[in-house]
Amino acid sequence: MKVRVKFKKTGIMKFIGHLDVMRYFQKVNRRAGVDIAYSGGFSPHQIMSFASPLGLGLTSEGEYLDMEILSTDTSDHMVKRMNETMAEGMEIVSFLLLPETAKPAMSVVAAADYLISQKEASAVTLPDGWQKTVESFLAQDVIPVLKKTKKNEKQIDIRPMVYQWELRDEGLFVKLSSGSAENLKPELLLEALYQYAGKEYPPYSLDICRLELYAGGEAEGEQPLIPLEAFGKKIEAPIPREVKEDMP
Amino acid sequence: MRKLALSDELLLSVEKPARYIGGEINEVIKDASRVDIRFCMCFPDVYEIGMSHLGIQILYDMFNRRDDIWCERVYSPWTDMDRLLREKQIPLFTLESQTPVKDMDFLGITIQYEMCYTNILQILDLSQIPLFAADRGEDCPIVIGGGPCTYNPEPIAEFFDMFYIGEGETVYYELMDLYKKIREEGGSRKDFLEQAAALPGIYIPAFYDVEYNEDGTLKSMAPNNPHAPARVVKQLVVDMRDTFYPEKPLVPFLKATQDRVVLEIQRGCIRGCRFCQAGMVYRPVRERDIEDLKQYAVKILENTGHDEISLSSLSSSDYTHLKELVYFLIEKFRQKDVNISLPSLRIDAFSLDVMSRVQDVKKSSLTFAPEAGSQRMRDVINKGLTEEVILEGAAEAFKGGWNKVKLYFMLGLPTETKEDMEGIAALANEVARVYYEVVPKEKRQGRVQVTSSTSFFIPKPFTPLQWASMFTKEQYLEKARTVNEAMKSQLNHKSLRYNWHEADVSVLEGVLARGDRRVSRGILDAYRRGCLFDSWSECFDNEKWMEAFAAQGIDVAFYNLRERSLEEVFPWDFIDTGVTKEFLKREWKRAMEGVVTPNCRAKCQGCGVRKFGGGVCFEGQS
Repeated sequence: MKVRVKFKKTGIMKFIGHLDVMRYFQKVNRRAGVDIAYSGGFSPHQIMSFASPLGLGLTSEGEYLDMEILSTDTSDHMVKRMNETMAEGMEIVSFLLLPETAKPAMSVVAAADYLISQKEASAVTLPDGWQKTVESFLAQDVIPVLKKTKKNEKQIDIRPMVYQWELRDEGLFVKLSSGSAENLKPELLLEALYQYAGKEYPPYSLDICRLELYAGGEAEGEQPLIPLEAFGKKIEAPIPREVKEDMP
Repeated sequence: MRKLALSDELLLSVEKPARYIGGEINEVIKDASRVDIRFCMCFPDVYEIGMSHLGIQILYDMFNRRDDIWCERVYSPWTDMDRLLREKQIPLFTLESQTPVKDMDFLGITIQYEMCYTNILQILDLSQIPLFAADRGEDCPIVIGGGPCTYNPEPIAEFFDMFYIGEGETVYYELMDLYKKIREEGGSRKDFLEQAAALPGIYIPAFYDVEYNEDGTLKSMAPNNPHAPARVVKQLVVDMRDTFYPEKPLVPFLKATQDRVVLEIQRGCIRGCRFCQAGMVYRPVRERDIEDLKQYAVKILENTGHDEISLSSLSSSDYTHLKELVYFLIEKFRQKDVNISLPSLRIDAFSLDVMSRVQDVKKSSLTFAPEAGSQRMRDVINKGLTEEVILEGAAEAFKGGWNKVKLYFMLGLPTETKEDMEGIAALANEVARVYYEVVPKEKRQGRVQVTSSTSFFIPKPFTPLQWASMFTKEQYLEKARTVNEAMKSQLNHKSLRYNWHEADVSVLEGVLARGDRRVSRGILDAYRRGCLFDSWSECFDNEKWMEAFAAQGIDVAFYNLRERSLEEVFPWDFIDTGVTKEFLKREWKRAMEGVVTPNCRAKCQGCGVRKFGGGVCFEGQS
């Protein structure tokens, strides 16, 4: 059976890269006794996949990983067991059963929410009246940026990839296109914003927190965006391992 | 949430910021206001190396079991972070509390290899602690060194307030109690050092004067303080049941060099290889209890979530219960998808059976360490492995499906001749020949691959070969060329591969291994010239080292090429490892005669460690 685990990655965990987060969860599963399925062969690995790698330096309130498991306790117990062996800054939010037909999180991610805010006690501060700049920047019909790939650079318009934005007390909230089809990293948006204001974006100078990941249509308006968590169902009673009939 | 010493911008501007944030699973956090002693344990190399070291895990656990001590960690900041800390003048900090190291009571540095000496200076320097012990004031931490290199601490003696000679589990608690007592009494740093000098195993370099002969050799080394003993006796755990084992070792986020559970099965070695320092200074052999080990394995795997476990010891095949332990691990953990990583074992039916169960035979290779190419040379170094045994082992392995073999050798051993060097190639060729002999054509999976590697022999203190001369870089390279040429002329040369170790690092390691106090000036000068991470080939700068030595009047030939007489007083003679100099001399003479010496279980050779009252010396006598 498949389960979807939602977790937070905050505080100093922002310095742990994606590959290390994967290794971290492999060990969490062992410590917490998650009955995860393994691939075969001489070096078997746990069958799990992450919805979307989070860049170094970003925090998140809504990360997802899908796992293939053989048996499970209730959702509440699994969350508790895993949280008992978490490092500071990592926290399991939910542990939900996926329908057999569910597609892997990785393949359905369509959008992500981010909150961009000023760092506490940082030398870099946002200029006065930055809200106005953001407003006029996002009021544009077209926001052209140079996107560098390994081979070449090309001009793209990122405005359609900004699905929603809002100025909040804590900072700037944006809902951005995410996933394999069209992916807008918040850093790229910030670079464009700073460029618009005639400045250069100092890397890592702002706090960027991913709030949620969504599945949904290819483009805005096509299908409603659904938080990845909504595909799962709470496990109310333990599910034992399937007993396989012995072959005669 | 813990506050970090560095800002996000700084951390995110370096490679692998996770090296500097702590917060790992099983990290120990205490309330600093409720402990009496702050101890910072340091491994002077990069985080991923330091985190792989079992010794630190043992001591970290041992100290933190006490409520009045908080033991934290620090590792060498990599070169990118090194630059940042200097530029911003940020003092080096501990991982746990992110407090400056200079605010600790103790800075304990484990010294595992000579090529980390400049990193020790880096740690002190970045911590803003004076490099010389003599310049440290009452507010500075007590800088204490431990580990294998303290069996000749002289080249770095002046940088340390004290050294702890031997296994850390025995005297550290006493030392901590003493520190508390002196502090409560309002005593000074000197008061503490004086009373500490009276503890067994503690060496305070400042309390000894060194005099030299006109020819530069050591004349004498004598205490200048009434509290300091003339000889410092190595400390060891006599009964391994009566010690600590970290059941909740730290689990790093970054992939450490040893990303697995390490189970130490025994200390010491019965074999008596004459080049091996570990085999001499860790005597006598003391085995851990098999039932204890089984329990540790289960608990540690549970507490860490590691998916691999490895056994650690010298000559693991000699552990009495090895079979039982290995089969227990396989039965208990294989179905849980835990990898069993085997130490290098004597190749026999047992090890081949085990290997075929835990490794992919097609991918894995078989390792032998004959150490020398000819039987004569192996007799000189007392490596009891014969060609017959190697070839029989290889034949069995080839029949079992293996087709890759690794062979390890040393070049530059005393009395070595051209024939001995060429013997390396000949032996490799024989191994390849055996493959074609025992594996029928239709069963061969391509060509057999025999990879031979040579390192240059470096004489180490407290070994029977401590009197041996070394060679120049050019001579070493000539030796490697001789082997390489011989490889090419072998019948099966297409199946043979040959690698050799860098020669200039070996020359330098030789000076640092058998150096005296005067060498410290060269180390400091090299550090000032920018030498750091010398064990990393991308960082090692031999030219700077040679310039530093020249500037400080340190003659490489004096330390490496000179013939040492049997009467010479060595800088490390003041340490009593239990193994007597008389025994070492006897063994040196036997080496020169090419006479082998049986192992400790076969026949006691009276090396001297029987005085410790435990281990293999008393087996079967209780």
